[in-house]
Amino acid sequence: MRYRGPGEDAPLFQPIMRTGLRFYLLLAILTTVVAWGVSAYYRQLTQGLGVTGMNQPVFMGVYIVNFVFFIGLSHAGTLISAILRIVKAEWRRPFTRAAEAITVFSLPFGAGSIIIDLGRPDRMLNLIQHGSFQSPILWDVTSVSLYMLSSLFYFYFALIPDIAMCRDQLEDVGSLRGWLYEKLALGWTGSPEQHRRLNTVMNIMAVWLTMLVVTVHTVVSWIFGMTVVPGWHTAIIGPYFLAGAIFCGVAALIIVAAILRRAYHLEDYIKPVHFRALSIFLLALSLVWFYFTFAEFLTTYYGNEPAHMVIFNAKFWGEFASSFWLMVLLCFVVPVVILSNPFTRTITGAVAASVAINVGMWLERYTVVVPSLTRPRLPYGIGFYGPTWVEWAITAGCFAFFALLYAVFTKVFPAIAVWEVHEARERSIPEAIERLESYIPGMVSASEG
Amino acid sequence: MPRWGMVIDLDKCTACQACTVACMAENNVPSAGPEEAKVGRAIFWQEVISQIEGEYPNLKATFIPRPCMHCDNPPCVKVCPVRATYKDEEGLVLQRYERCVGCRYCAVACPYGVRYFNWYEPQWPEPMSRYLNPDEGPPPEIRGGRSGPEVRPKGIVEKCTFCVHRLERAKRKAEEEGRELTDAELVSLPACNQTCPASARYFGDLDDPESTVSRLAQSPRAFRLLEDLGTEPKVIYLKEVS
Repeated sequence: MRYRGPGEDAPLFQPIMRTGLRFYLLLAILTTVVAWGVSAYYRQLTQGLGVTGMNQPVFMGVYIVNFVFFIGLSHAGTLISAILRIVKAEWRRPFTRAAEAITVFSLPFGAGSIIIDLGRPDRMLNLIQHGSFQSPILWDVTSVSLYMLSSLFYFYFALIPDIAMCRDQLEDVGSLRGWLYEKLALGWTGSPEQHRRLNTVMNIMAVWLTMLVVTVHTVVSWIFGMTVVPGWHTAIIGPYFLAGAIFCGVAALIIVAAILRRAYHLEDYIKPVHFRALSIFLLALSLVWFYFTFAEFLTTYYGNEPAHMVIFNAKFWGEFASSFWLMVLLCFVVPVVILSNPFTRTITGAVAASVAINVGMWLERYTVVVPSLTRPRLPYGIGFYGPTWVEWAITAGCFAFFALLYAVFTKVFPAIAVWEVHEARERSIPEAIERLESYIPGMVSASEG
Repeated sequence: MPRWGMVIDLDKCTACQACTVACMAENNVPSAGPEEAKVGRAIFWQEVISQIEGEYPNLKATFIPRPCMHCDNPPCVKVCPVRATYKDEEGLVLQRYERCVGCRYCAVACPYGVRYFNWYEPQWPEPMSRYLNPDEGPPPEIRGGRSGPEVRPKGIVEKCTFCVHRLERAKRKAEEEGRELTDAELVSLPACNQTCPASARYFGDLDDPESTVSRLAQSPRAFRLLEDLGTEPKVIYLKEVS
């Protein structure tokens, strides 16, 4: 495969053209984990959900936790890409694609986790045929599938100019790839009119997707919030889940950006300045997360209602204390200590904080979903839940599959939006001057002079 | 249109659990086995739950036989994404076996814990497996879905039906004989009531002011479980006096 485009962008096409042994090794490892997950799921499918640790009264376990977590993860992409596009933040350009790809590849595992959790996945279509909008699950089915479709289109539209570059500037790509690039480019020629249309569509979709981000995660939380289960039945749960989703999504983006930068030598494109900007955002989100957590638990504690307090006690000093306090450590203490200090706010520091946050946010979802179910209102005794190897294998399989899709994607399409970089080079300076001229007195003469 | 309900007199109840056994036999409730029962996989459409207060030797134990409450405002029905669970026009909260997708959201939403999930394919130890109840619930066209003693597949939720199949059979019999259902035949119609050695359980039409259940529901001893949740349960308990 040969690249014959402009020399300065050659590094962006490098991962597509050259694939080392390490990549195949990664693929082999990921495929093995996926296979392990698939075999565990087959076992669950043939024997029943009895192979999990779920029981009466803990009817929901790590599958539901994964569902919430993956949907949360997906919020990185759309949020960074769409909101930063709306506010015209130039620093977004090198990682809009990386972010959107997180959305597109994590959503199937969010929706998929619900299907994995079903006792009768073969009757899945009943949700459409007999769907009842009285149920929050159907609100979810609707909003998540809308979100999945919309972000897929958003991702694809932004990919078209780059696919056209692959079609025009890569030689000897093989017939299958050539056909793929040819078809997916949809006859893109890069004319100013096409660019104008693309930008119009992207701007409209950015607004639409921003609204969907808010809707989707709020609705996800309402699966819990709408029931009268103590610990779930709280109005704060929607905004709390949304903030948490954006929090772990941005952390995921930092991890992915750091891996891409390192693995594909993109140091010239993804720079410390980007990590600094994202780190400050992450720090703010960590404080927001703590604020919500504090407000939620203080309200419960002060109100002192017995049904709510048994769950409060289980989380603070009962059998869930270790997950609960580890969550506080990973979501609040670790990120704030690392990210508020300029000496530790490096790329390594940001990645360390992000890994902590993602583990912490998984635990957060766990401590929301499970403890409330272990304390029935009637005197049945305390419920117990411990995930089995089947649940861990399926969870590992989902994460590995996500990574696998992402890795393969970076080998077929440029992981950085090349056209966004071009656009920044050609248009962002004149546009910025034009904008400044419109509101800073004295700028007109400066540019004219 | 009747509104079916049940009254359980806790003063008469001896907590013998015959109701639980009768229900399991009548409704083909699978046996989870001791190992699985220990980890919360046992199914009891009708269970006797106990609350023990105080410390030895000053103990007070309360026993509450707990069928489905057949709420007038059932939280389980609200959350079902496929309307597999529904309240029929006579107030019974039923489960369509053929439609349930097994999401267990209803089981989470029910504050009484009356909903059970089939974690495995149902099974019975010998010789119980040879003595399954051949009865079936009313055909779907009568009550809008399949619910009754027929053996359920794995992966779906099941629950107490107030013995809807017995109710339907009694109705048919009365119809054939050209008469109305009488209160006397209704009172001990469900298997749990029929078995109760203390005659502590009553079944009947709560909308008929003359029925046994209606009269007992007027008792100053009457209360319902978790009344403050607004679920309007149709199982009424009579408080212990001794």
